[in-house]
Amino acid sequence: MMITDNALLNNIILAVVTIIVAPFLGGLLSGIDRKISARMQNRFGPPIFQPFFDVFKLLGKERIAVNQTQMVYAFGYLFFAVASLIMLVLKQDLLMLMFVLAFSNVSIIMGAMSVRSPYSKIGAQREIIQMMSYEPVLLLMVVGVYLTTKSFMIDSIFTHGQPLLYNLPLVFLAFIFILTIKLRKSPFDFSTSHHGHQELIKGLTTEFSGPQLAVIEVTHWYELVLLMGLIVLFFAKPLWVGILIALVCYFIEMVIDNISARVTWKWMLKASWIVGIGAAMTNIIWLYLK
Amino acid sequence: MGIINSSRKKSPWVMHYACTSCNGCDIEVLACLTPVFDAERFGIVNVGNPKHADVLLVTGSVNKKNARVLKNLYNQMPEPKAVVAIGACACTGGIFRDCYNVLGGVDKVIPVDVYVPGCCARPEAIIDGIVMALGKMDEKAKNMKKVSG
Repeated sequence: MMITDNALLNNIILAVVTIIVAPFLGGLLSGIDRKISARMQNRFGPPIFQPFFDVFKLLGKERIAVNQTQMVYAFGYLFFAVASLIMLVLKQDLLMLMFVLAFSNVSIIMGAMSVRSPYSKIGAQREIIQMMSYEPVLLLMVVGVYLTTKSFMIDSIFTHGQPLLYNLPLVFLAFIFILTIKLRKSPFDFSTSHHGHQELIKGLTTEFSGPQLAVIEVTHWYELVLLMGLIVLFFAKPLWVGILIALVCYFIEMVIDNISARVTWKWMLKASWIVGIGAAMTNIIWLYLK
Repeated sequence: MGIINSSRKKSPWVMHYACTSCNGCDIEVLACLTPVFDAERFGIVNVGNPKHADVLLVTGSVNKKNARVLKNLYNQMPEPKAVVAIGACACTGGIFRDCYNVLGGVDKVIPVDVYVPGCCARPEAIIDGIVMALGKMDEKAKNMKKVSG
């Protein structure tokens, strides 16, 4: 494949801009999330920039590492999440993106498994169950995109005649369903969450402290932007409609987060396999027969 | 370093440990987090994990059994950290100070930065105590820097 120097340079600039801008967007979004959640609970709420204060504070804390590999796993989590976001921005292979994203999650699971705290280990096991519930839906989404555009490249979604939603409405619904799991929001917040829980402390991130926790926080922001980007893909033309719909979806997630209690992992696995895989498969069979 | 120092004041994560409290002060601590007082508007979050906490809130007097737990929690918190003793029992031992098993106030076991008196301490006083503890953390951060480098 021929890539001219100019295109290459453009890609590099786009990637650098993404690395710099994405955490700002993600941090702002999660700040707005906290503010709106507080308003829903009839509280005043923290400032919108609160997530940034938290991360800067964590960077200034003492470095306590339980073992030497912990920081490697935290950075692995960050690195693979950033890599998959760059793949999205450069309109690369969607299937590969999902694999890299899964790698990012495996890193944090390894990090949580590498320590001896039982809370951390239970959190890691629950995270594996969460991955089991959402990964099939993500892969079916990629299959649906392939059947529609005859290519795994994200580029082809943009050159495709009409928005993906016309062909993949049920896949989109399944994706919205697993978005709650991916964002670790209630009712599926049992591997870790934004609030300390009695039975699990902080789950996955229990043994990460100070700068390590800051790295994990920043990774959450990248992940948030990535997931919003994946929603945008369904409405790629025109782009602003997609961004608007993504923000609406995020608002719906906040409402769900505030009105629902946590469920058990069995309930989640059943629901996400029956509803998620069911809806996505129905859509794909319909596409296949069309 | 400037942005880290100013952020530290805006995001105190607290952990709450009840020694042998009668739960009066515990209820007041939790009242701080309710919509009436809403401590989160100052960035105060109740984390329940010593490795994430900046401020340790202790209620109740210390006895021979829980002194070990209290020390353990304190040692797990990363620097800079502060301790706030809430209520008469945590400050001095209160009405339990003469009991055969009670060691006294929290300061018998770990260094205390701020004493919040009262039986029970009022939520306004508790929030005030946390804010005072943040002022003390600045000095601690400076000392931490001297020690490490």
